[in-house]
Formats: sequence, structure tokens, C-alpha cells
Amino acid sequence: METFLQQVINGISQGSAYALIALGYTMVYGVLRLINFAHGDVYMFGAFMGYYLANIPWIKSGVGTSAAGAVFVMLGAMVLSAGLGILIERFAYRPGRGPTRFTLAFWLGLLGAGGGQMAGQTFTSVVLGAFAGIAAGVVLELLGIRPVRQESRLALLIIAIGVSLFLENGGQQAFGADPKFFPQIIPTTSFKVGPLDLDSQRVIVLLVSLVLMVVLNIIVNYTKTGKAMRAVSFNLDAAKLMGINTDRIIAFTFALGSALAAAGGILVSLLYPRIDPLMGVMPGLKAFVAAVLGGIGNIPGAMIGGLIIGMAEVMAVGYGQSTYRDAIAFVILVLILLLRPAGIMGKGMIEKV
Amino acid sequence: MARRSSLFVMCLLGAALVSCAGNSSDQASNEIVIGEFGSLTGTTATFGISTRNGIDMAIEEVNKAGGLLGKQVRVIVEDDQGKPEEAQTVVTKLITSDQVIAILGEVASSRTLAAAPVAQQSMIPMISPSSTNPRVTEVGDYIFRICFIDPFQGLVMAKFATNTLKVKNVAILRDIKNDYSVGLADVFADNMKQMGGAIVADESYSEGDTDFSAQLTSIKARNPQAIFIPGYYTEVGLIARQARRLGMAMPLLGGDGWDSPRLTDIGGEALNDTYFSNHYSVDDPSPAIQNFVSQYKAKYGETPDALAALGFDSANILFDAIRRANSAEPVKVRDAIAQTKDYPGVTGKITLDANRNAVKPAVVLRVRDSKLEYVETITP
Repeated sequence: METFLQQVINGISQGSAYALIALGYTMVYGVLRLINFAHGDVYMFGAFMGYYLANIPWIKSGVGTSAAGAVFVMLGAMVLSAGLGILIERFAYRPGRGPTRFTLAFWLGLLGAGGGQMAGQTFTSVVLGAFAGIAAGVVLELLGIRPVRQESRLALLIIAIGVSLFLENGGQQAFGADPKFFPQIIPTTSFKVGPLDLDSQRVIVLLVSLVLMVVLNIIVNYTKTGKAMRAVSFNLDAAKLMGINTDRIIAFTFALGSALAAAGGILVSLLYPRIDPLMGVMPGLKAFVAAVLGGIGNIPGAMIGGLIIGMAEVMAVGYGQSTYRDAIAFVILVLILLLRPAGIMGKGMIEKV
Repeated sequence: MARRSSLFVMCLLGAALVSCAGNSSDQASNEIVIGEFGSLTGTTATFGISTRNGIDMAIEEVNKAGGLLGKQVRVIVEDDQGKPEEAQTVVTKLITSDQVIAILGEVASSRTLAAAPVAQQSMIPMISPSSTNPRVTEVGDYIFRICFIDPFQGLVMAKFATNTLKVKNVAILRDIKNDYSVGLADVFADNMKQMGGAIVADESYSEGDTDFSAQLTSIKARNPQAIFIPGYYTEVGLIARQARRLGMAMPLLGGDGWDSPRLTDIGGEALNDTYFSNHYSVDDPSPAIQNFVSQYKAKYGETPDALAALGFDSANILFDAIRRANSAEPVKVRDAIAQTKDYPGVTGKITLDANRNAVKPAVVLRVRDSKLEYVETITP
């Protein structure tokens, strides 16, 4: 029984990590109907920004000793990642909402260049990959996207995947591919509750994700900007006619989502202090599953979905085989899509994606 | 039809001529080109980097002294990113396109095992500096290693646990996708049982995992006196932290996969009271070791880990074989490597047995306050 309760605690702490990432996923989807596959990579970017901020000489002395140091690192990384989110929106997604051919060609070109680099690591293969990507983009646009131009969500989805690969490979170039150790910006203190072992960091991660969930809910449902976000989500053109600056609202949504991802990156790195440029891939996918499970677009649903996925993983490892750890989340994804596609808290409206 | 097939034969002949020409021009050049592959990036990046540093030092020394057979030695280094499939690709490239006469690498047994069949088929001698899984050299007579093997390493840690730590009930946490880890865990378990101990829990993880609390909680419920974790340093650091966080204060044990300057970066204080078997100790006062350590420090600004020392030794054993063979032909070099006897390396006297494995003692190190301390030497 003791062991089981301890496993429940392990599951909650792993789950709150997924929930943190899923919050940003679900909010961007709720407003834009766009699955932002680059979200997991922004999470990685946030963790690296936290790493570099915490290693600045004049801040280093304060890190791990004062609360101000931790707050500075956290907020700094959130602001920088929000900036990255705005940049991605401005240069990748906004053109993607307009004429699609060039944007698609551009991003597939980048994607191809990345592929060429991974395959051959020579200049020629990069150029060849880029041209192949551009050609594929033009063909894909002509055959696949032009017929459904007004529904250019597919183009946005492909762009999102391109951005994700760009950040992963760009991160390997910029930050180096080897794992780094994330500094302990909040010191750990372990304590016991009855027979169970807990520590400050796990409690902080759970509390912060609950607080962010509430704050996010308030922003979306009870503020003027939130009202505008919901209007954009409901009908973009009508919102524009009503005088809402839709581009600004969408940029704000991305900034908010990216700041959330950065907060997640730093908090999760406190629990598991190893960061590398590909750290966002798996958690990003699992957080996506969590968001779908909770009902994508639904903020409390993301929290619940994250906790369920975390719990399922820990139980699979604790009472089964560790090799099923990664499989379990995707089994859940298949099951939820078969049984209740709208998710646990979803409204169940029929929609073409 | 007849004309077409004769054209085909002509093409083949032409291709053969071109490749022969390629070979002979290489032979005539005033360089001896050797290949090296390792994980310069990825979760085991320090393995590849330390080994490369050691090999570079050996090459610099030999070239300063006038080279081999009157020629300079050049090494072509390929990064396998820590992936077995990539290891196979880069070794194929080294052999077919760079036409190296011998290959040094890898550290991780999984990667060496993936690449070894390529070297064996092409009859290019390959020396692994530090792959300890027994299957590595079973691939064929062109595959060598200059380190001890896991059956010995597992015996060392089982002896250490039983005789020095005096523990009987031990848990194992192994990396299930890693040949090295699985092999070492099995050998350790067998030896513990033979010495009257018991394995009370046997849990697993996969490289790249970050959360180990579920496995550790299961292990904790069985009350082991020590945990044997035959993994690599990145995961080991995280495991140690999470174990201490769950209130598990027992000693943690491991193998040479722990050896990295990054181990204590990641694990920090959680690694106090942990022990692992290794190939050499920097605290060893012997002049060969102290000489190597001071030169390495001067060149790279850090203390060499065992992988750097093994990299250095592997290159020197290859050079020694080329000198004795008085030829850089792969077949003759292979025969000379196989006859290596009592070579005075940094990691001890190296003699290769009939199975192309080195027979050497192992040391046990303790981690204390982010420093490695020498505990004892255990001989075969």
C-alpha cells in the first residue's frame, strides 16, 4: 500500500510536468484551431534560456540561494520564449494564413535542408535537400492545398512541423548536441508525509501548474483580451469586422503559449536536471496526447489529461515493464480517439480538421 | 545481348582498375591513414571526446618522433552521434571511401557490435579501446579490445559488494536496450548468487529516460542493501538524485560506464557513497600514469578519465603493431596486433589472449564530494 501511494505521488509529479506543457498546447489550439507541433521545442528553448540566464556571472551567485534569482531566471526565460513565439508567429504562421504556396515551399525547403544535413552533412546535400523540399512544397500546394485554399489549416500544420524540426536542428547547432546539467535554481528539501517521501520541487511543480491553469482560465474567460481571443477562435473574419486586431490577438496567443512552455521547461528541468536540444520531442508528443485526452482546447482538461498520462506511465513502469513507458501514452491516444474523440472535458462538437 | 554483357564486363573491369589505382596511390603516399569513430555528440558525448583526446595525444607524440615507417600518421574521425546504425554507416565510409588501414573505436559495446561486422568483412583490423561486452571480439579475428571484459568487471563488483561492503541483498537497475548494461547486470547477478548473496529486485529503464522514480519506488519496497546500476553517466546521475530524493541512502554500485567528468555535474552530492569499477585511477603513483595525467592536463585542461587513457593506449598498441609488422598492410597489422604481449600501457600491462581480449586488473573508485577516490585494485 505504501509503495502504491508512493507510486501515485510519482505519477502526479510526472503528470504535472506533462500538464504544464499541455496547457500551452491546448490554449493555442483553443484560439487558432492549430496544433502547434513546435510547442515541445519552445519548451526546450525555454529550458535552455533558463540555463544560460542562470549561468550569467552576476546572477549565478544569487541562483539557488535567493528566491529573487529563481524568479529572475523563470521570468527572463518566459519573456525570451514569448519573443520566440511572436517571431515564429510573425515569420511562419502569419504568412501561412495568407497565400500558402511560397510559405509552404519556404518551410519545406528548410525542412529538406535539415534532412539533407542530417543525411549527408555536406553542403551539396543541404542544397539538394532544400531544392527537393521547395519542389515538394510547390507540388503539394498545387495538388493538395489549392483546392481547399480557404481551409489552409493543413498548410499551417505542415509549417508547424517544419518549425519544430528547424528548432530541434537549430538548437543542436546553437546549444550543442550534448546534454547539459540544469542548475538547481530552487534548492531541494525532502520531507516525509507519513511513510511517503516528498520534496519541495515536486510540490512546487504541481502548485505552479495548478496556479497557471487558473490564471490561464481567467485570462481566456474573464478579460477583454480573452474575449477577443474567443472571438477570433469563433470566427476570424467576423472578429476582424468587429474591429478586433486579429493579428495582434493571435501574436499574443502565441506569446502566452510560449511563455507557458518556457515555464514548463524550467520547472520540469528542476525535477529532471538534464537538458538537450531534443528534450522537447517526447514530452511534447505526450503533452499533445494529454491535451487530446482532456479535450483539446479545454484548459482544465489539459491538466487532467496530463495527470492521467503521467499516472498511467508510472504505473506501467512500476507494475509492468519499463519498455512500455512510451507506448502507454499512445495507446491512450488511440483509445480516446476511438471511444470519445472530443476528450474527457470536450464539448463533443463535430468539426472537420 | 552478347554485346550488352560484354559492355557490362568492360564497365566492371574499368571500375576495378580505377579502384586499384586508388589503392596504389594511397599506398605510395607518405601518410598512414587510420580511422576513428565515436560518440562526439549525444548522451554519451564525453565517451567519444575523451577517447579522441587520448588518441590525438598518441598521434601527436608518434608524429613528433618521426612517424611510423618514415610516414606521418593521420586519423580521420567520424561522429556516430551515439547511435549504433550511425556507427555502422561511418565505419563503412571510413573503410570504403577513406580507405583507412585500421580502425579505433568505439566505447559503447552496442556501437562497436554494430560496426564490427563491417570491419571483419573488409578485413580491416579494429581495436575497441573500451567496449567490455564479451560478444564484441567474438565477431571475428580482426576485432580486438584492450580493456577487460564484463564477466570480469561483474565479478569485481560482486566481490567488492560481498567482501568490502559486506552486503547480501542487492537490487539491479539496468538499461534494457543496452548490450553493455544487460550483459554486465547478468554477470553481476550470477556472481552475487554464487557468493551467497541475493538479487531482491531487477528493474529496467531505457537510455534517454529522465524519470526513474517508479522503478526506484519498486526497488525501495524490497529493502536492498545496495543497488547495482550498470548504466552510463547521464542516466546514473539522474538516478542517484531521484533515489536520494526518495529517501534511499544505500550505496549505489556501477561499472566503467559511469566514468565521465560530467557524472558529478549531473549527480552532485547524491553520488556520495557510490562505487564503480574502472580501468585505472589517476591517483595511482606509477610514473607512466602520472606522466600521462600531467601531459593530458597541460593539453586539455582537465583530468583524463579512463576512456582517454584507453584511447591513448589503443592508438599506441596499433602503432606498436605497425612497427613490429614493418608494414601498414591491414593483414600484417592484424597479425602483429594479435601478438601484443606485455605492452606497457597507461592502463596497465596489456597482453591480448587467444580471444583478442586484454587481461588486466580493475580498480574500484568511490565518489565523494564530486571527487573520485581510489579504493582498491582487484586482479583477475
